[in-house]
Amino acid sequence: MKYLIPCVALLLWGCASPHAARQEAGLPSGSSGSDGSVVVQPGAPGASTRVFESAEDIELQRPPHTAADTHFMQGMIHHHAQALEMSELVPERTARRDVRMLGKRIHVSQASEIALMRDWLERRGEETHAARMHMPGMLSAAQMDELQSASGRDFDSLFLTYMIMHHEGAITMVRDLFASPGAAADQIVSEFATDVDMDQRAEIARMRAMLANN
Amino acid sequence: MIKRTITSILALLLFGTMLMAPVANAQDAASASSDEAPAAPAWEWDANDPRIGLAPGIENAGEAIRNLIHAAHLPRPPGFTLEDEAEGGRMSNTDLAFRGNLLFLGNYGGINIYDISDPSNPSLRTSIVCPGGQGDVSVHGNLVFMSAQETRGRLDCGVEGVEEDVSPERFRGVRIFDVSNLDRPRQVAAVQTCRGSHTHTLVSDLANPGRVFVYNSGTSRVRPPEELPGCSAATDPEEDPNTSYFRIEVIEVPLIAPETARIVGAPRIFEQDGNIAGLWQGGDHGEGTQQSRRTNQCHDITAYPELGLAGGACAGNGILLDISDPANPVRTEAVVDPNFAYWHSATFNNDGTTLLFTDEWGGGNAPRCLGSDLPTWGANAMFKRRGNEMTLAGYYKLPAPQTADENCVAHNGSLIPVPGRDIKVQAWYQGGVSIFDFTDPSNAYEIAFFDRGPISTTERLTGGYWSTYWYNGAIYGSAIVRGLDVFTLTPSEHLTQNEIDAAMLVIVDEFNAQNQMRNEWPVHVSVAKAYADQLVRAGVMTDSERSALFSAIDQGNASVLEARATVLEHSALASLGAGDTGHHNTTRVRLAEQLRGLASGG
Repeated sequence: MKYLIPCVALLLWGCASPHAARQEAGLPSGSSGSDGSVVVQPGAPGASTRVFESAEDIELQRPPHTAADTHFMQGMIHHHAQALEMSELVPERTARRDVRMLGKRIHVSQASEIALMRDWLERRGEETHAARMHMPGMLSAAQMDELQSASGRDFDSLFLTYMIMHHEGAITMVRDLFASPGAAADQIVSEFATDVDMDQRAEIARMRAMLANN
Repeated sequence: MIKRTITSILALLLFGTMLMAPVANAQDAASASSDEAPAAPAWEWDANDPRIGLAPGIENAGEAIRNLIHAAHLPRPPGFTLEDEAEGGRMSNTDLAFRGNLLFLGNYGGINIYDISDPSNPSLRTSIVCPGGQGDVSVHGNLVFMSAQETRGRLDCGVEGVEEDVSPERFRGVRIFDVSNLDRPRQVAAVQTCRGSHTHTLVSDLANPGRVFVYNSGTSRVRPPEELPGCSAATDPEEDPNTSYFRIEVIEVPLIAPETARIVGAPRIFEQDGNIAGLWQGGDHGEGTQQSRRTNQCHDITAYPELGLAGGACAGNGILLDISDPANPVRTEAVVDPNFAYWHSATFNNDGTTLLFTDEWGGGNAPRCLGSDLPTWGANAMFKRRGNEMTLAGYYKLPAPQTADENCVAHNGSLIPVPGRDIKVQAWYQGGVSIFDFTDPSNAYEIAFFDRGPISTTERLTGGYWSTYWYNGAIYGSAIVRGLDVFTLTPSEHLTQNEIDAAMLVIVDEFNAQNQMRNEWPVHVSVAKAYADQLVRAGVMTDSERSALFSAIDQGNASVLEARATVLEHSALASLGAGDTGHHNTTRVRLAEQLRGLASGG
């Protein structure tokens, strides 16, 4: 999506406007606010500073979001939803307290992240449900069945193995997002994706250690 | 002369003992918390706390206030708001810095400069439009420093963003403005960094006042090497030993030629046994513990140049840096905490014997002050420092539960310079502002607060206080959505008017929370009386003894004051001799010093 730049934004660039930006030279000082304050935009280092008539219209525009952003958020909801399903299996199938705590933690954090992603999509008028898609690291139906029917140490081993794979998939999704042209300029997407990347890397390290102790 | 010598010996005895005693206790506390799952401490609160049940609203929310006066409020200025606040943070107010009568308020869209000659009537002086987030600000002389991290940031401060993935017009790093002419601030330098600048720390070079350093903490993703040569996004050093993670950048700024500011080092401060990724690897600390981020970045660093030290809050670790050579910070200690999710910021007490770290569990956007949340999670952890060793001594968390509609966790604050006590004013996002005493870090307690109801109970909005700092007699709060607030302290059972008056005596030219300067108090009636008030509060001086002392102080008879100083020194000595290492002995000695100073006409 291209940037939409209404004239209020172009004001900063001197487009034809009753409030055309004025250059530094020849301006009386302290003239841009009714209260004696000034509104300025410094240029690049060494360049001159622009002064504005009025701050009223200097509103930054909504940061653009790209199809890749939308696809990432939709896909990650789908991806997280499977992690919820997987972690909901834990309490009845494991004997390990640390695995139970891990499952609970994954459930709590990913459920609140799903709320964040839905909120982001709804505000931008995007669908919260993507067409059926297979995201990296997601379990096949057969693998989900396998996990469902396991218990005890076998379950722990499968759960940890599959959740590591699942998390690695999420990290791949973040990498792909950041590699998409113009993607993640949106602050929420950028911070969220960075958090997913860091949190899930940390969880993978922990799960590998737990797997070694199984 | 003999009397002076007694004072010095006492001071030596006291400070020596003072440092030893709490550390032993703290070690017990630290080992207890690392050996076993933290038992959920009874998180009890006053059911009548007026912060509970406040009505929502942006400008008309319910308010609760205790032991403060709300002196002023200004909403964000035109041009720095969004029609739809729920857009999320693009015009958030962020950090604060001060110089003379000016307050510099960072924003994701630029900087607003206010005239605070009259703190109860601040007025907007200059708005600088320059987007890039998060707009962390510092000031030194006529130079203002600003952090930019977002990919939309432009070298020319333009608002239209940068369309290309690789562009010479993009700016992510530390900007430097010259504000000597407040009508025409100019950008004089823009130092590009691989991970942008999330926060930065101005560091005075005491040996060379002709320059300052800036320690840059970048936390955003690494930009491509095509845009900035040398940047590497390898997440592990095995992939690329030159990865842009696991480091900070050190920027040198010659004051006479700030346009030549440049990166002079990128120290590997997490290195351990040759591994640059040598500290916390991410994950939890055992069953029931918090999951801490991997230490591949610092979030914020606080320098204390007079001590030659800096405290670093670095994702999964709290660290101590030796900055006696500020161009080359060297790590001397690293601690972990099983209750910390994300080490966020650091504050020294004035003596440098306690280091307070904050944990930004949930990143600041989440409600982490619920009644059901552990009071040791998303809190402050206070460590006692002895040399290069840090040992956990206690926690402090906002003592009133917040709702699920209010993002809340420990955030930025500063010391309030009350002599003889460690007092901090701290922002808790939508949890409001809390002022607390941590003189004894194992028994921190609240002194005053201000809180508003949620911004909204229907929309998910990030707001509340980003920073609240004391500056030359008033408290300034930067509210993300609601704007700027100013408060003054009022006396209470926890803080006397003399103590407030003594704090007001500390006047500084500049204030940058992350470049801590030692607070010093003159010989002054208010300071002497503040110490006496503290002795009464500690139960070692009676009200009538204090009245008699105040009369003596007001009369100012030198020999009477000298005599009283001697008595105080002897009580301190006797108390020490009896094995009482309480803080009140130090207070007695400091009071005696004040009395002798007043006696000699100080």
